[in-house]
Amino acid sequence: MAETLLTEDITKELMTVNIGPHHPATHGVLRLVVDLEGEVVRDLKPVIGYVHTGIEKSCEDKSYWKVIPFVERMDYVSYFFQMEAYCGAVERLVGLEIPPRAKYLRTIFLELNRIHSHLVWLGTTALDLGAISMLWYCFRERDRILDLFEMATGQRMHTRYFQVGGVIEDIPLGFEAKLREFVAEMPVRVGQYEALLDRNEVFLSRTKGVGIVSRERLLELGVTGPLLRAAGEPWDLRKVFDYLAYPEMEFNIPVGTVGDNYDRYRVRVAEMVESTKIIEQSLNLMEDGPFIADDRKYVLPPRSELSTSMESLIHHFKLVTEGFRVEPGEVYYSIESPRGELGCFVLADGSSKPSRVHFRDPSFINLQAFKEMAVGSYIADMIASLGMLDPILGGVDR
Amino acid sequence: MPDAPGLELIRGEIERDHPDSVLATSFDRGQAALIVDPTQVLAVLGRLRDAPGHAYRFLSSLHVADYLPAEPRFGVHYELINRDRVERLRVKAMLADPGDDVLPAIDSCVGLFPTAEAQEREAFDFFGITFTGHPNLTRILMPDDYVGWPQRRDFPVGGEPVTFTYNEHNYG
Repeated sequence: MAETLLTEDITKELMTVNIGPHHPATHGVLRLVVDLEGEVVRDLKPVIGYVHTGIEKSCEDKSYWKVIPFVERMDYVSYFFQMEAYCGAVERLVGLEIPPRAKYLRTIFLELNRIHSHLVWLGTTALDLGAISMLWYCFRERDRILDLFEMATGQRMHTRYFQVGGVIEDIPLGFEAKLREFVAEMPVRVGQYEALLDRNEVFLSRTKGVGIVSRERLLELGVTGPLLRAAGEPWDLRKVFDYLAYPEMEFNIPVGTVGDNYDRYRVRVAEMVESTKIIEQSLNLMEDGPFIADDRKYVLPPRSELSTSMESLIHHFKLVTEGFRVEPGEVYYSIESPRGELGCFVLADGSSKPSRVHFRDPSFINLQAFKEMAVGSYIADMIASLGMLDPILGGVDR
Repeated sequence: MPDAPGLELIRGEIERDHPDSVLATSFDRGQAALIVDPTQVLAVLGRLRDAPGHAYRFLSSLHVADYLPAEPRFGVHYELINRDRVERLRVKAMLADPGDDVLPAIDSCVGLFPTAEAQEREAFDFFGITFTGHPNLTRILMPDDYVGWPQRRDFPVGGEPVTFTYNEHNYG
């Protein structure tokens, strides 16, 4: 009976299936309208917008410093990157240099956040492929990063740590030792993940040769980040543009060869190790000094001065009530987020509120390549490809 | 980034083939921008992409800003990257608001840069700018039946009626 069913020509007919928006395998609130021929994906349309919250519009009604916690909530897994893109754009608008210690601190937290983001990706994607234990191992290390965030900033997520001009406060005593301990241990942990996955027959056969899109096509589609590097293109904004402390750092850009899901996995895992190198170098190079610029027109005065200095009190009052004004102009500033080029466009009209804040979110652009990754493959491989694409729907919909 | 003289050289080169296509240049805060005639934007983008020595082949972002009350009020920004020389260049086309229910229009660059597909839809969704020749210009983030262009500056923040009134009805 079963054999006759299989040999019958029942797979010619296309069936349209709706997946999501609420489905654990879509990594967020993503809806996929899929045309299936049997189990093979013939056409696919991602439908987005289910978590559109109008953050860009809301930012136009907030003074510059109040925008920071808003933009963090776009791509909620890489919040430090959102902050850096926005704060960096505003600093370039007002022409504010950040002190060296702030550069290193920002670099450290960005790279910690990169590891954190890749851990969330690795845990959930391996979970999709049936490697359930990976989730617990990855989230164990992720928790240690969140502990570090909490120790330095008071919050585990959405820390509002970066400010226009630097960071809100210096790292506490004991943080450096704890961070060094983590940095020394992380490459070992990454080795353990690889030991679990690299020789796992199921994982290999599910990822190798699946979801290939050529490097030329990825470039046409504007795809950046680990997806592009997995296809063999060594394009990383940390190397090519000069921002924060990256020009001083020595690190490699891992690249893949064929650009299948296995390469995407390899590239991200290797990036975690590279990030630990950057953190360690930043810790070694970082010297004592101010952690935020000393420009009272943009930066809050130290708390201790408020009870003794009238001038500080006035600056504090002006900054907290109206905020600072920015001369008319526009800036586009982009950084390498865990998912690719994260750009922030800020338009200033002379008032204390930005007249436009736009984020070029890498998940939003990368999602355009998903159709080409998945069409022609099995529906199960489509889910694997979606995981390897690593979209964060909060960033896609903003 | 091309520096200010480099930007003028690029302008001169484009204008040799497409006279009057570049209306102005701006070099502000280290960022170079060409302000181009919206009717010739494809010619300029195509030249920047393909002409030897330019190779601005990567469109990293397409976004729109509303410069109200300035006229023309809409600016369509194309952030290009030359990956060989590691240079960024912004091309900006300013569109006037035709008023009433007529939408401002500009040619779609999806043929040159396929990455613009979703971004042009987003610009249409939020600003009501028509990209002529776009394969599927529909709303992308807002609901299909939504009325209005929410990111225009004259669209009020909080101008949205609350649709779920259960609590208001019972406890309001």
